[in-house]
Amino acid sequence: MSTPAGASRYDCIVIGGGHNGLVCAAYLARGGRKVLVLEAASTVGGAAVTREFAPGFQVSAAAHLLHSMSASIIEDLQLSSHGLSMVASQMPTTALGDDGTALTIRAGRLESGAGAGCASADIEAYPGYAALMDRLADALHPVLGTVPPRLGTDRWVDRRTLMQLGWRIRRLGRHDMRELLRIGGMAVHDLLKDHFQTPLLQGALGFDAVLGTNFGPRSPGSVFTLLYRLAGAAGARSKGSGSDTLMQPRGGLGALTAALAKSAQAAGAGIRTGSPVQSIVVRDYRAAGVVLESGETISADAVISNADPQTTFLRLLGAEHLDAGFVRRVAHLRNRGLAAKLHLALSDLPKFTGVKPEALAGRVLITPTLEYLERAFNHSKYGEYSSAPALEITVPTVNDPTLAPAGRHVLSAVVQYAPYGLAAGWDSGRQSLTALVLQMLERYAPGIGATVTASQLLAPPDIEREFRITGGHWHHAELALDQFFLVRPVPGAAQYAAPLEGLYLCGAGCHPGGGVMGAAGRNAARQVLERAA
Amino acid sequence: MATEMSHFRQPLLRTPFHDRARAVSQIDSFVPWSGYTTVDVFTTVEQEYFAIRNAATLYDLTPMVKYRIAGPGAQRYLDRLVTRDVGKLKVGRVAYCVWCDDAGHLIDDGTIFRLGQTEYRLCTAERQMDWLQASAIGFEGPGKAVQIEEVTEQIAALALQGPTSCAVLKHLGLAGVERLKPFEIGTFQVEGIGLTVSRTGFTGDLGYELWMDPAHAERVWDLLMAAGQTRRIRPIGSRALNIARIEAGFLLPHLDFVSSTHTIRTGTDRSPLELGLAWLVDFNKPHFTGRRALLEEHRGTPRRRLVGLDIEGNKPAHNALLYADKAGRTEVGSITSATWSPTCKRNIALAMLNAPYFDTGSTVWAEIYLNRELVWERRMARARVVERPFFAPERRKLTPPGDF
Repeated sequence: MSTPAGASRYDCIVIGGGHNGLVCAAYLARGGRKVLVLEAASTVGGAAVTREFAPGFQVSAAAHLLHSMSASIIEDLQLSSHGLSMVASQMPTTALGDDGTALTIRAGRLESGAGAGCASADIEAYPGYAALMDRLADALHPVLGTVPPRLGTDRWVDRRTLMQLGWRIRRLGRHDMRELLRIGGMAVHDLLKDHFQTPLLQGALGFDAVLGTNFGPRSPGSVFTLLYRLAGAAGARSKGSGSDTLMQPRGGLGALTAALAKSAQAAGAGIRTGSPVQSIVVRDYRAAGVVLESGETISADAVISNADPQTTFLRLLGAEHLDAGFVRRVAHLRNRGLAAKLHLALSDLPKFTGVKPEALAGRVLITPTLEYLERAFNHSKYGEYSSAPALEITVPTVNDPTLAPAGRHVLSAVVQYAPYGLAAGWDSGRQSLTALVLQMLERYAPGIGATVTASQLLAPPDIEREFRITGGHWHHAELALDQFFLVRPVPGAAQYAAPLEGLYLCGAGCHPGGGVMGAAGRNAARQVLERAA
Repeated sequence: MATEMSHFRQPLLRTPFHDRARAVSQIDSFVPWSGYTTVDVFTTVEQEYFAIRNAATLYDLTPMVKYRIAGPGAQRYLDRLVTRDVGKLKVGRVAYCVWCDDAGHLIDDGTIFRLGQTEYRLCTAERQMDWLQASAIGFEGPGKAVQIEEVTEQIAALALQGPTSCAVLKHLGLAGVERLKPFEIGTFQVEGIGLTVSRTGFTGDLGYELWMDPAHAERVWDLLMAAGQTRRIRPIGSRALNIARIEAGFLLPHLDFVSSTHTIRTGTDRSPLELGLAWLVDFNKPHFTGRRALLEEHRGTPRRRLVGLDIEGNKPAHNALLYADKAGRTEVGSITSATWSPTCKRNIALAMLNAPYFDTGSTVWAEIYLNRELVWERRMARARVVERPFFAPERRKLTPPGDF
């Protein structure tokens, strides 16, 4: 995975080989630039990596599913020919009730599970709701692939972008446009209560709105995060696939970033792993390269940072090279993670009550009602983890047995809510939260506890340390209306170019944010290519 | 600790010189300044003004907001804060500086005193802690740390200004004070009282500023008044000082510019380049807040500039609009500060003028309203753009100063 440094002068240096950094590097290399990617860890991938967490057991260490990876990036960068393949796509979602009921959403349709599940009115209403949300998501999706315009300029590209956005929304038609404006700032709780009666369905649909955020279902703005997720999914849809875009790459998420790295290298980019950057070199009021922790200096005309904005500006660059107002905005970014990741090594396939075994080929949600989810959120406000957390569970070995020894399994779960600043401290919190989740799982999958041979819990501070993301938030900065599009991460850096000549951002902290999508990396590459041209 | 809630009974603080000032104030004319009550006029503006230019004056500077900025990162911090090269400021020297927001718009001006290798004092007209703290983000850790503390109430200050001011200090026993160069700081002892003296001021004349422990403030006042008796020392208020500072071409916030932290209307912010302070902006020093914006402005075409005006007649053109033509058809700017200058015998003003009217030698017309016993008259007065300062006597720079 290591390319020799060769001559130590580059057109572009990309700090960080996360998926966005690799996407950016690949596009830059294809645009004819001489590119070097510097990754601190021993393998590329950032938070999209497959790692061994117990002897013989592999898991996608942070992100564990693809749902919004841009299909056009996969195509542009020919990732299939560089080794990317899916062991599962259009994966279903199964939600478990706390009374043994379950329901499954598959291919845009709602299936009521064994023993009651869903009101028949909801089964009828679901396709209409899903279609509406998909139409809105389709209208918003192009925004994600757009370099945000600057307001109040005379530049025609800025005006064109704004007009296109307005036109797209207008083209939704009177009904959908009104609906978008009505629900855009709402709490997802209210939206779902409008549409459905079944608490389990509400809980399941509400979960995607708050997954990886600092929102509960009653938080205003949580419809926006849901639409954001769906808009990302719209870009992940290949022709003919339905709205379920959940995918599992063969070999875990590390396989995606490995393919991205190969694609970037094939296009001529160099990649050096185990090369943490100490600082960005500033010469004559512009970024001129980097200094590695090893002391080596590498020069470049442009430095593009895949690191989060606080790491980039406050640690690698230094406040003294930036204006104070800008630095204050960066320091005030909301970037505290609220999701933990639990990995279990299992000696046997778990059996969830009321669910057919094939459901484990998809994802399983434990979020029985919106109230349950809101109560789980309440704790996080006071520096506690949820006494009854919500879970997004996958058993990746069902689709990809290579991840564990024969007959063994891996369970990978997002545990919400687990605040970065746990009042009691994460030293004891890791163990107690693991025990709590295991206890919970035992209720939904009796007998699972006896099959656990190893476990690992990554709390936000672990995610911060291991993946070098300040705050341990998987979007690098909270995704909310006040940190989105024109103002993401902060005014003054929303067009990928930092307020220092030659420095750019390309990570999840910029528009359109995280989730494994790649759009930030591609948008940034466009900006770099356009500016330097 | 119980907090005694009595501040509302006395909304304005009193400076350590308040009792002395009240005792000699003849017309009881006090005005608020930065949370303190201070004297506007002691006797008459004219008497006080002429003392500035012909004798010696005492002005209570205590309400000037003072910050102690210290630590290994203090110099880098200040260099990033202000537009001037703080790296060039030597220990024992003072520099007049301005600082801007990211857009290159002026927040405030003030003076930086370098008191030690890593210790500075920043004196400003307005409170700045919010911006100073915002500017301190990233200045942490070994070698970079900076401490910022407001010390306004811990330091009493007096401005001693006028042609006989040096002589007064010598007479008081400040040996060697005459060797202080402009913008230099010295420390002295009088009756065992420590005095920090800087050769600075707001009058554009020979003068000093004296900094001391508030506990000794009244004693120092008394000593100065006694030492200056034969040299016609008198306390002055803000009104007389305002005439002197216009003659010297100095700016005041709220009058000649509004801090960008206070403006709410678009287009009312001002950059140091627009205010004629380009000489304070050093594009070749390490990065400072607003540099990118100011550089862009510097490379572009200037839109407006603060200039000095010499206006015909003797009626001060307070708040006057300025026109390109006598008929008053094309408005090109406005007056920010105006006065009759008794020393120059000229009707002078500071004015913000649009391009291209701000070039020295241009002529514009000031629309002056005159109140003649409540009968208002409008007069269009010819005004010529002239260089500032209007009044700059040799003695302000001479070291040692003349012994008057």
